[in-house]
Amino acid sequence: MKNIFLFIRHYFNFLLFVSLQIFALYLIFSYNKYHEAVFGEYANQVTGKINSRYNKITYYFHLKETNDSLMAANEILYNKLKFDYLLTDSVFTEYIDSLSSDSTVKYRKFKFEGAKVVANSVQQPNNYIVINKGSADSVQKGMGLISSNNGVAGIITDVSDNYAVAMSLLHKDSKISGKLLKSGETGTVTWDGAEPNVVEMTGIPKGVKIAVGDTIISSGFSTTFPKGIIIGTVESFKKNPSSSFYLIRIKTRTNFYNLQYAYIINNKQASEINKLIERAKKQVQ
Amino acid sequence: MPLIFKNIIRFCVFFGVQVFILDHIMIHQMVVPYLYFLFILWLPFSINRSVLMVVAFLTGLSLDYFHHSGGFHAAACVLIAYIRPFLINILIPREGADNNYFEPSTQSFGGIFQYMIYAGLLALIHNAWLFLLQAWQFGNPGHFFVKTLLSTALSLLLILTAELIFPRKQKFRTNTI
Repeated sequence: MKNIFLFIRHYFNFLLFVSLQIFALYLIFSYNKYHEAVFGEYANQVTGKINSRYNKITYYFHLKETNDSLMAANEILYNKLKFDYLLTDSVFTEYIDSLSSDSTVKYRKFKFEGAKVVANSVQQPNNYIVINKGSADSVQKGMGLISSNNGVAGIITDVSDNYAVAMSLLHKDSKISGKLLKSGETGTVTWDGAEPNVVEMTGIPKGVKIAVGDTIISSGFSTTFPKGIIIGTVESFKKNPSSSFYLIRIKTRTNFYNLQYAYIINNKQASEINKLIERAKKQVQ
Repeated sequence: MPLIFKNIIRFCVFFGVQVFILDHIMIHQMVVPYLYFLFILWLPFSINRSVLMVVAFLTGLSLDYFHHSGGFHAAACVLIAYIRPFLINILIPREGADNNYFEPSTQSFGGIFQYMIYAGLLALIHNAWLFLLQAWQFGNPGHFFVKTLLSTALSLLLILTAELIFPRKQKFRTNTI
């Protein structure tokens, strides 16, 4: 017994070193995309507060770009309004819509909620976006996040009271179902960790015609994003010799360098769909 | 105790520079600027080895919480904190220099060259362990060597700049050992 104590005393520094290393490695390997870090909630609150203080300062330097992107987003929305389309048809009559929006609430699937981005990175191997809305604003894990110009930005992975952390599209674990707008083929969009604002898409068969500049949209197959949110445009593509698919490089619609505002997508029917999928999985087992 | 306050202020400054300035600089995916570990390199000679490792662990862990990255930086910081005393023993030129000066600097190492070896080796170890763990976890080991070398070169440049901008004049304490 005495020898054990002597051993521990003699090698105390080495043992401390080994145990701290093991603890750090444990933190690394237990931190996967839907797993909270140790003290995750508290750490989120603290880092969120510091980041939002800092963001208040840097925000002023990005005001011009932010204004421009909000202006562009408004322009897109204005162009979708009904009075833009004048139908030269006798059926068309002008009327004021008196239907109360309340009666359609139960049919509502997606609800958008604006949030301020307080921290965002582009150069880490795994990038995260921190927004200033949390469980107090009914933000939940698994909700989608889009930028103000209708581009896919990320998926919420961790929520505390007033802040939420989203796995950015620039994340190794990020897998988003994408779709060619022109021909409708679906594939998977991932990030290879090389260049910010450029993601890769696989799963499009070689027979499909693609051109540089084609738009890739979200497929709407997952409960996270509705169909038609823009992921990006084709920057280059080549035929993958080892498989029957293209390897497509996509320039993202979202500019991750100056992300200032984002919209959280709340899918009201997500829990119902997920429950069904769970049940289907259980039946298979 | 002024030494503790000095180091707390240093920690805040290094941490702020790392999180709010260097982390926002995107040079290339192979070149990642890291400076925050200079805080561990500058800690006084007299610090207990166990305390040094715990302080390094907490430093790395705080950066990990900002990056949402588990414990990568904590692991790298603990490693350099463990190796630091051995390196100092080898590189300190004459007997008792670590008793005559408070902390590692160009003066206490007896020249800029020896000091840069000390800083360069620890920067290399920090970056190598960090990028090795990242390559292991994220799976592109091909970039590992180039990324380590280039990032270490940049870290050294940043350390030199920090030494030039904030010259630490150190008094020769006593010669009673």
